[in-house]
Amino acid sequence: MEGSDFIRIDKVTKQFGAATAVDGVSLHIAKGEFFSLLGPSGCGKTTLLRMIGGFAFPDEGRIVLDGADVTDLPPNRRPTNMVFQSYAIFPHLNVRDNIAYGLRVERMSAGERNARVDEALAMIRLSGYGERKAQQLSGGERQRVALARALVKRPKVLLLDEPLGALDKRLRETMQIELRQIQRDVGITFIFVTHDQEEALSMSDRVAVMEKGRVLQVADPKTLYERPVSRAVADFIGTMNFFEGRLVDLSNGKATVETAALGRVEASMPSGGTFAPGARVLIAIRPEKLVLSHEQPEAPFVPGKIVAASYLGDRSQIQVSISGADTPVAVVTQTSTAFRDGEFVYISWRSGGPLLIAE
Amino acid sequence: MNGARHRQWGGGLAIYAFAYLAFLYIPVLLLPLFSFNDSLFIAFPLRGFTTKWYAAMAADTQMRAALWNTLKVGATASLVSTILGLLAAKALTQSAPLPSRGFVLGFANLSLFIPEIVIGIALLILMTSVGLPLSLTSVVIGHVLICLPFALLVLMSRLEGFDSSLEEASRDLGENAWMTFWRVTFPLVLPGIIASLLLTFIVSFDDFMLAFFLCGTDTTLPVYIFGELRFPYKLPNVLALGAAILIASAALIALAEWARRLGAEGAARDRVIGA
Repeated sequence: MEGSDFIRIDKVTKQFGAATAVDGVSLHIAKGEFFSLLGPSGCGKTTLLRMIGGFAFPDEGRIVLDGADVTDLPPNRRPTNMVFQSYAIFPHLNVRDNIAYGLRVERMSAGERNARVDEALAMIRLSGYGERKAQQLSGGERQRVALARALVKRPKVLLLDEPLGALDKRLRETMQIELRQIQRDVGITFIFVTHDQEEALSMSDRVAVMEKGRVLQVADPKTLYERPVSRAVADFIGTMNFFEGRLVDLSNGKATVETAALGRVEASMPSGGTFAPGARVLIAIRPEKLVLSHEQPEAPFVPGKIVAASYLGDRSQIQVSISGADTPVAVVTQTSTAFRDGEFVYISWRSGGPLLIAE
Repeated sequence: MNGARHRQWGGGLAIYAFAYLAFLYIPVLLLPLFSFNDSLFIAFPLRGFTTKWYAAMAADTQMRAALWNTLKVGATASLVSTILGLLAAKALTQSAPLPSRGFVLGFANLSLFIPEIVIGIALLILMTSVGLPLSLTSVVIGHVLICLPFALLVLMSRLEGFDSSLEEASRDLGENAWMTFWRVTFPLVLPGIIASLLLTFIVSFDDFMLAFFLCGTDTTLPVYIFGELRFPYKLPNVLALGAAILIASAALIALAEWARRLGAEGAARDRVIGA
């Protein structure tokens, strides 16, 4: 099946008692895509993944994989494999038998099975580790064995449930690159669950941001960062400054908004959503789209006072209090100019920086 | 000053602990002692060393039949109660707890607190009213009843903390529920199963009360021993038998505890590494 219909999740709903874990979610995922489900814990992303894998069954809706309705099939009859959050390495088997576990189910000669296991061990660069027990492996090695054990089955879709969550930061970053590399090499569709927005942005072709069982936005990482459709998405991904205002004019894909804090601002329109002049809206600006200066710049600008400045090596994070805004404005600057606490500065913004978001 | 008081109390405690253990084990140790005593009467002073009571015991065909009955009953009761206990323990330790878990668990173990004489009378009435003849089969039924709470407790302690994602991983890799049990659950729960088999076997082996009510003419060993106590000249044989059972029981319990610890260590190690 071609296009973005390789995996079709159609109005899927799942309830646990009175709580709705997944609420009418529809998603289309393309073949070979690295697709992430991103959201805070309890947003329903793991439940959705488990329904795709067959470990939970939807109350409503259908799940179609490569043209076949798998909604009610048990896990052993689906063309999916899972890398579990706990890795679920069988403690009574060595690495080789762990990886061969799923191959023993298939009719396959011992020679072919061994060849497939060797190939998988080479892929995860653990060729000498076949005889080791799970207890003798580090966290990163366990994670790779879990990956190999799932991929050796050559699934149509690989499901990954926060597989990097238990690793320390440095190892996690290495594994992100390695995982993305393996996904490109094998060309299998990956559905990756994470609560780490940086991880989702750096690895994925597309990301679905979830909250309270619903999908807020599905987009590639760049669109998600630069054109969030709602305050919730903008808040969850990176840092964002919000300014309340009123829409005064709409023309040529540009909106003019009157704000208390920044005055009159020209903002880019989001791709979806309808706005009417006079409506209460939000202006959202990323910290790196704001410019600080000691000298008065060209209009438009607003004056402010620095309330906190943190030096982060390659950049500085500066909080500026301005009149008309309840919370200080976050600004990220290059460290070439020094800004200190208590200094009076001017904030201006790059064109294309301000975004229009429905309140 | 503190240390001195501590030492003083420590001496008292040591004496108390020694008396405590003596109270527990000296009566039991008299059994092997008199079983080697060359006298029909059980009294001090000892008369001399003999192994003739053991020879007499071994030659007693009725006793051997009773022993064989007990072994058959014990083996069957321990196997049945361990299988039933395993199924119940599996259901009660699922990661998504059953809504009736507390209720089931409470009632499943409540039978531990029902006096055996009550269970014995109740089963006797039941067997006779449904027309089931009293035999070793009815003893097995009674023993499964009293063994189940033990099997359930031992197996639940092994299954508690069992990572259910291991079974999910097996299903995910293509195995059905039945093969998942044999390839993943069973090998990991095996130490608990062994411990449960040994413990329930001992419970069945030791039981006098239920067997007395339910065995009919097929006597088990404890029932046989009770019957023999009426004949004073057979008492030394019974002592020899008691001593032999004591040693066998101790060996079995040690084995059960070893299997349980082996399992507990394995499980703990898995959890630590997994974290």
